[in-house]
Amino acid sequence: MRACLMSLLLLFATAAAFAQVSDPAPLRFANTTEEQRFHALVTELRCVMCQNQSLADSNAQIAHDLRREVLTLMRQGKTDAEIQDYLVARYGEFVLYKPRIEATTWLLWFGPALLLLAGGFLVARVVRRHGGPAALPVDDTQEW
Amino acid sequence: MTQAGRSLKWLPLLVFAGLAVLLAAGVWLSRRADRDALPSPLLGKHAPEFSLPTLHEPGRLVSLADLKGAPFVLNVWGSWCPSCREEHAVITRFAETKRVRVIGYNWKDEHADALRWLEQLGNPYWVVLVDSDSRYALDWGIYGAPETFLVDGNGMVRWKHVGALSDRIVDHELLPALARAEHAR
Repeated sequence: MRACLMSLLLLFATAAAFAQVSDPAPLRFANTTEEQRFHALVTELRCVMCQNQSLADSNAQIAHDLRREVLTLMRQGKTDAEIQDYLVARYGEFVLYKPRIEATTWLLWFGPALLLLAGGFLVARVVRRHGGPAALPVDDTQEW
Repeated sequence: MTQAGRSLKWLPLLVFAGLAVLLAAGVWLSRRADRDALPSPLLGKHAPEFSLPTLHEPGRLVSLADLKGAPFVLNVWGSWCPSCREEHAVITRFAETKRVRVIGYNWKDEHADALRWLEQLGNPYWVVLVDSDSRYALDWGIYGAPETFLVDGNGMVRWKHVGALSDRIVDHELLPALARAEHAR
């Protein structure tokens, strides 16, 4: 009973903690289309302060400011690409979760494919060396 | 065993060595204390235009054009920022050398708090600009305080540091960058 009460208390404690860090002035959307576009955009943008969170998830002050800026730019009629360019020009390529394909990001984008090719080549070589018609001696005494 | 078979025997070891080198390189590359700091895309570009009131004369507006002509250091701070307090002694020592104008960028602060902070700790700044509602901070790519920029006489951003300055950073990074900025003109 006591443990149960304790866990309940803990639950309330965490709920209170979450309430404290909520947005001081939540953004208001004109309609659901705008809201959906906004959410699609901010989940693809990285928070610059807390670097493992998206702009959508972060509660850092700078994330509030950037979200507000994104909404303002949307209302000015900017396209998603223009908004991304705006942020990249100020905070760098880092803000994009999906980096663009450029000379500096080729290895990032195509490295895994290269590794896969190399691995495949290696496996093929090993198989060819140990393979061939006489690879597995037929063992008639084997009982399955 | 054939020649090729013998070389294959060493393959796992080679793969292991390759991985070890890769991981060691990762550790080596992340040895910097400020590895979380984002490289500013403003470096080598023109500083963003702004027009901001000053802390001590709120009616007076200062813009980038007013500051051009000679290099200046822009130091972002706020009275709410603990690292700025730590950094204050360093920035004071640097400003007192009168090597270059050190301009304060009071960010997201209460006017009275900012004034009290400078009264208590001393005012090392040539002028303090006030951006209390973060109007131009996004243009500068500011995402935390303290941050420090070096802008040359033509208004180009030459150097940026995220986080508190230390005497070592001033001597080994800021001063050489300043010398280069002056030399290039």
